[in-house]
Amino acid sequence: MNMSDVKKVLVRVRVNGEAREAEVEPRTLLVEFLREHLNLTGTHVGCDTTYCGACTVTLNGRTVKSCTLFAPMANGAEITTVEGLSKNGKLHPIQEAFAACHGLQCGYCTPGLLLSTLQLLKTNPKPSTEQMRKGIAGNTCRCTGYQNIFKSIRAAAAEMEKR
Amino acid sequence: MYAAAFSYHRAASLQEAVKLLQDLGDDARIIAGGQSLIPLMKMRMTRPAALIDINFIPGLSEIQNSKGELRFGALARHADIEDSSVASAIPIVHDCATGIADVQVRNQGTIGGSLAEADPSGDWGTALLALDTTVVCFGPGGRHTVPFEAFIKDAYTTVLAHDEIVTAVHVKMPPKGSGGAHLAFKRSAPVYPTVSASVQLTLEDHNTCKDVRVILGCVGLTAIRAKEAEAAVRGKSLSEKNIQAASEAARAAAEPQSDMRGSAEYKRALVATLVKRAIAIAARRARGEHAEAGHEYVGR
Repeated sequence: MNMSDVKKVLVRVRVNGEAREAEVEPRTLLVEFLREHLNLTGTHVGCDTTYCGACTVTLNGRTVKSCTLFAPMANGAEITTVEGLSKNGKLHPIQEAFAACHGLQCGYCTPGLLLSTLQLLKTNPKPSTEQMRKGIAGNTCRCTGYQNIFKSIRAAAAEMEKR
Repeated sequence: MYAAAFSYHRAASLQEAVKLLQDLGDDARIIAGGQSLIPLMKMRMTRPAALIDINFIPGLSEIQNSKGELRFGALARHADIEDSSVASAIPIVHDCATGIADVQVRNQGTIGGSLAEADPSGDWGTALLALDTTVVCFGPGGRHTVPFEAFIKDAYTTVLAHDEIVTAVHVKMPPKGSGGAHLAFKRSAPVYPTVSASVQLTLEDHNTCKDVRVILGCVGLTAIRAKEAEAAVRGKSLSEKNIQAASEAARAAAEPQSDMRGSAEYKRALVATLVKRAIAIAARRARGEHAEAGHEYVGR
């Protein structure tokens, strides 16, 4: 099939509370839709093979790997990306914790890890180390060795419990 | 990576999906969660000319306990099953759901898609063979059911005709005194297991195995029912010696291939270990004891 034969599809979503839409080729991955069509480049393309989780976003309240969804499949969805975590210029407690505890070095995996942490703490506000490991098992970090990420998650959990 | 170009069709009902499959021809594929199909399309290992998206068809995600069966809509996500108190009535189902890949993949992948994909390494294909499972299919002639042992014919091949769709999976509740476990070993969380094993057994008194199924995953073109392993414990006490004999029989029944996940010999060793552990856990659960089972991987 030639590219010119393919009918484009209108994809309408709410991203970080804002209605957005674009007409795209059906094979457009959700991560490309966010980055190339909506100019939200906070979500990263890492391995592009459903492994590393750098492209993790929240889709209708649950994390997905946005490299493994065609954009039209997300039509009508409520999406949160890393750009949606801070409110009124103030960082989310999870972001504060990752900064304070050195939960990142190069930072490439961080957008995905922040959203996986958000998902974990939403369902389990006080995770054990084992539960943390399971919660972020779909996110690969090649810098930190994960120990400071666990520290960050613990710090974020403690801060979020206070609020 | 871009998949080869395809046309996209959103089905609003099962009838419409079937009609689209007929109209669009052999190069059309159904997409559900897409967690297997999309990676394959991105690597250009498959290039459907048309995708029919069934995610927007209402009523296909329910999980119910009805008439002595757990009933899963085809679009029930692995995470829905993992979190479902209804589904936890059969421990082997929970073991399987909670160990598939990682959080993100479990949030998106579906039980119906997993069975229709028929990947030899798919966890559901192994776990559900240990139970009395039927697959509900919908096609031009309406709804019909297929016993699961007849559903997967070969690697990536099911009995589904081109214009048929999986709509539900029904799993019979095991009898009282029955227990099961699904175990797998994988190199890391997001990948398919290197080897998986499912055991469901029923105890007569405290230690006699009245009935048993032993299923091996990832070590053949389809999941393998290890009948010689079952014979080593059926009607006998679950002594260490008998469990060892079952584990050795399972090792012999496996048909592994050497690949990037490990050598054939290594996989046979894993089969023996996982079957031994699965029988022990299934027996404890059959006695009403609490026992953890699931997927082992580095970094867990």
